[in-house]
Amino acid sequence: MKIVIMGCGRVGGRLAAMLDAEGHDVTVLDTDTYSFRRLPPNFSGTALLGSGADEDTLRKAGIQEAEVFLSLTQGDNRNVLAAQIAKHIFNVPRVICRIYDPLRAEMYSTLGLETISPTVVFAQLLKDKLEG
Amino acid sequence: MYIVIIGGGRVGYYLSKELLNEGHEVLVIEKNVLVHETFVDEMGSICIQGDGCEAATLEEVGTGRADMLVAVTGDDEDNLVACQVAKHKFNVPRTIARIRNPRREKLFKELGVDITVSSTQIILEAIEHEVPTHALTHLMPLRGKEMEIVDIKISPESITVGKSIRELSLPKGSKLALIIRKTGKHRVPTLNTVIRAGDQIIALTPPESEEELRAGLRGS
Repeated sequence: MKIVIMGCGRVGGRLAAMLDAEGHDVTVLDTDTYSFRRLPPNFSGTALLGSGADEDTLRKAGIQEAEVFLSLTQGDNRNVLAAQIAKHIFNVPRVICRIYDPLRAEMYSTLGLETISPTVVFAQLLKDKLEG
Repeated sequence: MYIVIIGGGRVGYYLSKELLNEGHEVLVIEKNVLVHETFVDEMGSICIQGDGCEAATLEEVGTGRADMLVAVTGDDEDNLVACQVAKHKFNVPRTIARIRNPRREKLFKELGVDITVSSTQIILEAIEHEVPTHALTHLMPLRGKEMEIVDIKISPESITVGKSIRELSLPKGSKLALIIRKTGKHRVPTLNTVIRAGDQIIALTPPESEEELRAGLRGS
């Protein structure tokens, strides 16, 4: 499966490595080459310098053939913009967007974007742990 | 009208000044503490410090009763999100976003931004206009019509000089509206109108036919 990941931070880099190890065709984007240090030495996917909010970069990353796009940068709004470009301009079948702000995440999910708010997930996780 | 402005930088500052002078109720939301301080020092308490993309902040300033929200931060994504939250959460009737990347205009409109203003595009057009060798100048886009008004200059070297409009091959969707002669005389072109050196032709065209129109009129 062709997967494009925007943001090679801890989560993006780790996910890219995991999916690559499973044999998926992974392209990971970041605006800072230094972030690519997080990819393991045996990473066989593509690490591409550029912004996922830029259509040309996305095209270079092979977004037109991608089945999945994930926006995982630190910026909620950047993630939202890139995810909407992937969804509405390139019609990527599955787009997942990280949004830290729970209210914003909720709103965008009602607008049809598949969102994950790490804030909500992690708070719930901690609560379950304390109660469990 | 009650107008909420996101971004208290230079654009937000002058915009709020203008709108206040016209008698509107204006509220500005600025994220940066220092920028907010400067704004309040100069303009008084019409600016609050906060994130205009956050529903809670927008709620606080009563965006629900706003007639218009204008997002003029220097960040395309922030402007988009502020407009989307205003539109979808607070049903603001009119949202306007400033954009830097002119290619995002279409996407933003699809996503619930009513009007986009591209500062980059405006600067480009203004400069283009001042470059004398530039054959085609964009005068104005017609909003929502996928058409624009352009100005084409005929140079003395153009091989179309001396030909009538009938003899030219022009794109179907384009229409010549006006010919202004070097002497300043102007006329509505007909099929028999002859192109002369130094003519300035005002035409209406879909953006995608612009190149073809330029080539048709200038012969190169």
